[in-house]
Amino acid sequence: MATVELSFSALPVHVRTARLIVTAVARRSGIDQDLLDEVRLAVGEACSRAVAAHRRHCPDEPVRLELIDTDHRFEVIVSDSVPGDDTAGPGGSAAPAGLPEAGAARGLETAEDLETALDDGSMDLGLAVIEGLAEDVEITTTPKGVQIRMSWPSAPAATS
Amino acid sequence: MDLKVNDYTTDDGLTVITVEGEIDVYTAPKLREKLIDLVNKGKFHLLVDMEKVEFLDSTGLGVLVGGLKRVRAHDGSLELVCTQERILKIFRITGLTKVFGIHDSIADAEEKRKGAK
Repeated sequence: MATVELSFSALPVHVRTARLIVTAVARRSGIDQDLLDEVRLAVGEACSRAVAAHRRHCPDEPVRLELIDTDHRFEVIVSDSVPGDDTAGPGGSAAPAGLPEAGAARGLETAEDLETALDDGSMDLGLAVIEGLAEDVEITTTPKGVQIRMSWPSAPAATS
Repeated sequence: MDLKVNDYTTDDGLTVITVEGEIDVYTAPKLREKLIDLVNKGKFHLLVDMEKVEFLDSTGLGVLVGGLKRVRAHDGSLELVCTQERILKIFRITGLTKVFGIHDSIADAEEKRKGAK
């Protein structure tokens, strides 16, 4: 098992940095080329969410990212330092109880419905994207913060 | 890569916004400012050409939804040109294909616009 750990300042520009690193490590782990875009986007969404939460509550704290390459899975863990009750923003609810599913978005017929859902916190486009892209997603809320764990299948013969 | 955003208005009154690069949490404000600026200038029929967009995340989606809401307040429209499967997939996942008109080309969008008049 190989692990890459990264912590970065809660700045929007470093979400891109995180995406670049994730893409490089995922490629090395043997992730299928077709899945690379999905990994990059899902991890970027998780990092964007963490950065936004930090900027509201603890801008000096870094966002943490772990990339774990096992024999058959490529796992990514994005951790923020904002207690769950605050991460969804004003009016939002805590993950995972308030986690909007990708299906929730499909039920919205108009931009007004969508805007309302976004405004009242009942829908989070970023989480909807993560749910739609990651093969396996787990969101854990602890007093220390929110952890989003995602994983995808990787090639068994990943290089060391 | 930085985001490049340019626009021009056709004789028919359609404002085409060409976007090139990555639309994410870092660059999306630039697109948001452009959409707000155009609406403030009275441009209410917008077509966002996304054929050269290399990356789009939920922040970018939020900006497009915000733009749509603004132009609709003036009985306007905001539609998209996009044929890239990896970008279209994001619209499908979030259900936004029901919200935005999505065209294969600028010419296709113009033709449908003329037909609807």
